[in-house]
Amino acid sequence: MKTYTNTGSKDTRSGFGAGLTELGQTNENVVALCADLIGSLKMDDFKANHPDRFFQVGIAEANMIGLAAGLTIGGKIPFTGTFANFSTGRVYDQIRQSVAYSGKNVKICASHAGLTLGEDGATHQILEDIGLMKMLPGMVVINPCDYNQTKAATIAIAEHNGPVYLRFGRPKVANFTPENQTFEIGKALHLTEGSDVTIVATGHLVWEALEATKELNEKGVSAEVINIHTIKPLDDKAILESVSKTGCIVTAEEHNHLGGLGESVARVLATNRPTPQEFVATNDTFGESGTPAQLMEKYGLNSDAIVKAVEKVMKRK
Amino acid sequence: MANIQQLEDLTTQVRRDILRMVHKVNSGHPGGSLGCAEFFVALYNDIMERHDDFEMDGIGEDLFFLSNGHISPVYYSVLARSGYFPVEELNTFRIIDSRLQGHPTTHEGLPGIRIASGSLGQGMSVALGAAQAKKLNNDSHLIYSLHGDGELQEGQNWEAIMYAAGNNVDNIIATIDLNGQQIDGPTDVVLPLGNVKEKFEAFGWTVIEINQGNNLEEILKGMKVAKSKTGQGKPVCVLLKTVMGNGVDFMMHTHAWHGKAPNDEQLEIGLAQNAETLGDY
Repeated sequence: MKTYTNTGSKDTRSGFGAGLTELGQTNENVVALCADLIGSLKMDDFKANHPDRFFQVGIAEANMIGLAAGLTIGGKIPFTGTFANFSTGRVYDQIRQSVAYSGKNVKICASHAGLTLGEDGATHQILEDIGLMKMLPGMVVINPCDYNQTKAATIAIAEHNGPVYLRFGRPKVANFTPENQTFEIGKALHLTEGSDVTIVATGHLVWEALEATKELNEKGVSAEVINIHTIKPLDDKAILESVSKTGCIVTAEEHNHLGGLGESVARVLATNRPTPQEFVATNDTFGESGTPAQLMEKYGLNSDAIVKAVEKVMKRK
Repeated sequence: MANIQQLEDLTTQVRRDILRMVHKVNSGHPGGSLGCAEFFVALYNDIMERHDDFEMDGIGEDLFFLSNGHISPVYYSVLARSGYFPVEELNTFRIIDSRLQGHPTTHEGLPGIRIASGSLGQGMSVALGAAQAKKLNNDSHLIYSLHGDGELQEGQNWEAIMYAAGNNVDNIIATIDLNGQQIDGPTDVVLPLGNVKEKFEAFGWTVIEINQGNNLEEILKGMKVAKSKTGQGKPVCVLLKTVMGNGVDFMMHTHAWHGKAPNDEQLEIGLAQNAETLGDY
């Protein structure tokens, strides 16, 4: 079984910041907007290097989305930055009308997604954002798994002409994908080959899925882990090919089971190849204050939860 | 630049277009459209420096954004009669497979439209973004926008108004259509706006008032003053006092025709008050 090494834990938001810094140097059309969270979003470098292309909008996210839509008219490629909650739920109609329906080339970059935001609690821990964004026609939805991949995704979305939702997080997590990788939107990545079960994970849950395979391996279960960094457009082919081999699937995400990756996968399976599926996701609930590790355990989003889901789904084959 | 008589004739024809468009599909918003007919005619035929061919990025020309998208009939009529698309296409307003959606959109690729609007309160932010893009591109042309007065009840406007002054966005002229009416009644009854002039000024804008917003000469004069105030470090607001339903006597001074189409008889009365000038579509 192929194994992966954590080369040093880093936060995915810093991957975004590093990607944005690079874009600042390589693409003069890239501009950035932030709603009073420059430090949290790691946008300091871009601001310092390109003050003319950086827009501090204050605590006014609706205006930020509109400004970004307007900036595209004239050829700019705006990257907006704030927490995931304020990037989506707070500004849904602004994104819907001024960005998605208008077909504007805006990159909505959202940090502190999910429970791992931690102690700030449920007001800030959005678990519905993937659903909100994937329902918008034409919106690309990406949730990279580690620092290196978030940096690569940030750079890649500048080349995609159209609206993108890029979701990342606050805590330091394992950094295990290759440095300077090429990021291909919509292309699932096979991390391990397996024959008994497919585990499709996104974001922070990808590393947890890899951790789960170690325990599963000891139990004699051969798990195929697929990193679905792009939830929309979904790599249907990769999922269908894998389940044709394994016959069952577990989806894992730091998001509500309603509206998330798991439901997208379920649609693909139901319409092509009905397959037993278990969901590692939150169960239609808000979060609460706590450390990221405590929250992931309490809400069933860690490697232990994935192992249990695998054992359950394999019995349903 | 056209002379006043030509602009008057065009305005009359635009009124006919508006009435006929909404009558045909028995839906749409004639009141606000009629109230802004003179403004749109002046904007597209005198005030703005614009290219004949439509390009989304609009480099090297003035741009216009309509925030209160429900007055699409006047927008479509003036765009068509300014050469952006064939006037015959006005026949397709609000019907299936049309580029002339109920509210304006880029989605169907209608030339002249740069943003979807309809859900209110978003246009000011978009216009300001386009204004910032102009500055980044060293493009000295201006951004024009139009907003309903009732629309100012949407909070996003005030985020944008604060942003514009705080960031010295001085290449925008945002016009507020002060007709004092909204769907449920007079703005003073539904949710009073207070002193709009003082509010904009308190937020750091330069405010120009056009008290006869249905008089072409007054509009041209006022907008010329507004233009002269751009480039001075402050955003510019024009308060355009109009009469909803202007030019059709039974539609004037009431919110009743905000979103209601005339019946056959009412259409004939309205058209009789606005004799054909440039030819119906």
